[in-house]
Parts: sequence; C-alpha cells; structure tokens
Amino acid sequence: MKKNYIKTEFEALPQNQGFARAVVSAYAAAKDPTVEELTEIKTAVSEAVSNAIIHGYEKKGKGRILMEMEELEPDKLLIRITDYGIGISDVKRAMEPLFSGLPEEEMSGMGFTVMESFMDKVLVEAKPGEGTVVTLIKCLDTYYDL
Amino acid sequence: MDMIFYVDDDTLIVSLSGEIDHHIVPKLRSDIDDEIGLCGTRDLIFDFAGVEFMDSSGIGMVLGRYKKVHATGGRVTIRNAGRLVKQILDMSGVFTLMEYEDTEPET
Ligand SMILES: Nc1ncnc2c1ncn2[C@@H]1O[C@H](COP(=O)(O)OP(=O)(O)O)[C@@H](O)[C@H]1O
Ligand SMILES: [Mg+2]
Repeated sequence: MKKNYIKTEFEALPQNQGFARAVVSAYAAAKDPTVEELTEIKTAVSEAVSNAIIHGYEKKGKGRILMEMEELEPDKLLIRITDYGIGISDVKRAMEPLFSGLPEEEMSGMGFTVMESFMDKVLVEAKPGEGTVVTLIKCLDTYYDL
Repeated sequence: MDMIFYVDDDTLIVSLSGEIDHHIVPKLRSDIDDEIGLCGTRDLIFDFAGVEFMDSSGIGMVLGRYKKVHATGGRVTIRNAGRLVKQILDMSGVFTLMEYEDTEPET
C-alpha cells in the first residue's frame, strides 16, 4: 500500500510547468521542508516536466504527462514524471552534463545535472517511441515526532 | 515574470523578477535581444534580485546573451542571485565567463 499517494495528469503544454511546480510544492509543504528543500524539489520537477514537453512531445505533437507523488518514509518523498513521447535511445549520454539534443535552441543540457544535484536519487527509464519515466527521490532534513 | 530595463551609459541592466522557466525564456531572450539592438549598449548586466525561481532554462538565456555581447566586445555581469540560482548558473561554468557581484544587502 502506497502512503499518501497522489497522482495528477495534465496536458503537455509549456504553461503547465508552473502548474506542476505548484502541485508538488503543495504536496511537499505538508512535510515541513526548509525553503531551500522546497525550491530544490520544485526545480527538479520543473526540469523533468519541461523535458517531457520540449523533448518528449515536440516532434510527436500533443500528449499527456502523469505526475505521481508518494511518501516512501515520513521524511522521504518520491515524485515520478511519466510521458508517452519519443523516449530516449541513450539515457547515459542524455544525462551527461552539457549534453542536449537541441543545443541550437539555447538548451543548456544541464537539466539532468540539476535534478541529480538537487535530489537524492534520479532514475530514468526510457523506451524509444514509447516514452520516458523519471523518478525523483528526496530525503528531507526534517524533524518529526515519533 | 517581470523584466525592467535600465540604461547606464554603455550598459544595459536587465532587472528580472518572478519565475524563470522554459516556458518564459524564449520571450525573455527575444525581448532582451531587441532591447540591446534598440539601445546599442555594449555591456549587459543581469540583476536576479527579484527572481523567486529559476531552473536550467536560465543558463541558456544567460549564455546565449553572453555569446552575442561577447562577439561585439562587451562584458556580461550577473548580479544579486540567490543561493540556488547561483548554484545552477555555477554548475555550467557561467562564472568562468562573467563576473558576479552583489549590490543589495543580503536578506
Ligand atoms: N522526456 C524526455 N523525452 C525525450 N528526450 C528527453 C527527455 N528528457 C530528456 N531528453 C533528452 O535528454 C537531453 C538532456 O536533457 P537535459 O539534461 O534536461 O538538457 P536540455 O533539456 O537542456 O537539453 C535532452 O536534450 C533530450 O535529448
Ligand atoms: Mg532539460
């Protein structure tokens, strides 16, 4: 049984990056994180969601993004972002700092690097033509009553 | 997201506030490029004092402007970035190319 499991699905539109940040922020705020931890979570989610919109669906057109949130432990959150877009053929290369499939668009290629520095764990599963699943795990430095 | 431009001699100061993400960056960069063309300034300063959120889209925005300004002999300076914004810019080596300064007292 997943603890405090919440999912939301939305259309892959650029303006929904802000929506995804607001949702995850509301979810995580209940755990009493520091302002910095909350910003780190929002930033990682922003990276994963923008990737789904820009890279996952740009060539394929419209699509949906699933965002799932779950408490693994009282101070450990999991956020999973799934798209059904073009997927990634070489995940290892995609995750390298400065690698971007769209450098001419002034993309920095630092999205995965930001996710990895701000979260405790980043897992990427992708199938070309089927989509990408990014799992983010964050351990909060909070104190809670036993 | 709000952006205000100030011209100080040969420098264009871009004062940013609000949230910077991949949704808004294409508009920001074209507005900044238009303003540089209009004012004909050589140097550029990004003031992040009012920025509440920024993801890696901000790196591309800064580096893209740097390429343009640098090509015509100008300098780019980053000003008043919060800790996480600074950390994101630093990850991509932005500060090996441009100066950083704080002009507002830390809160
Ligand atoms: N959801 C996704 N679907 C398809 N490709 C992706 C996805 N996420 C990332 N990628 C690929 O991985 C590359 C690196 O992503 P990232 O580190 O965020 O850099 P950037 O977005 O600046 O290119 C992207 O340029 C893209 O080629
Ligand atoms: Mg990205």
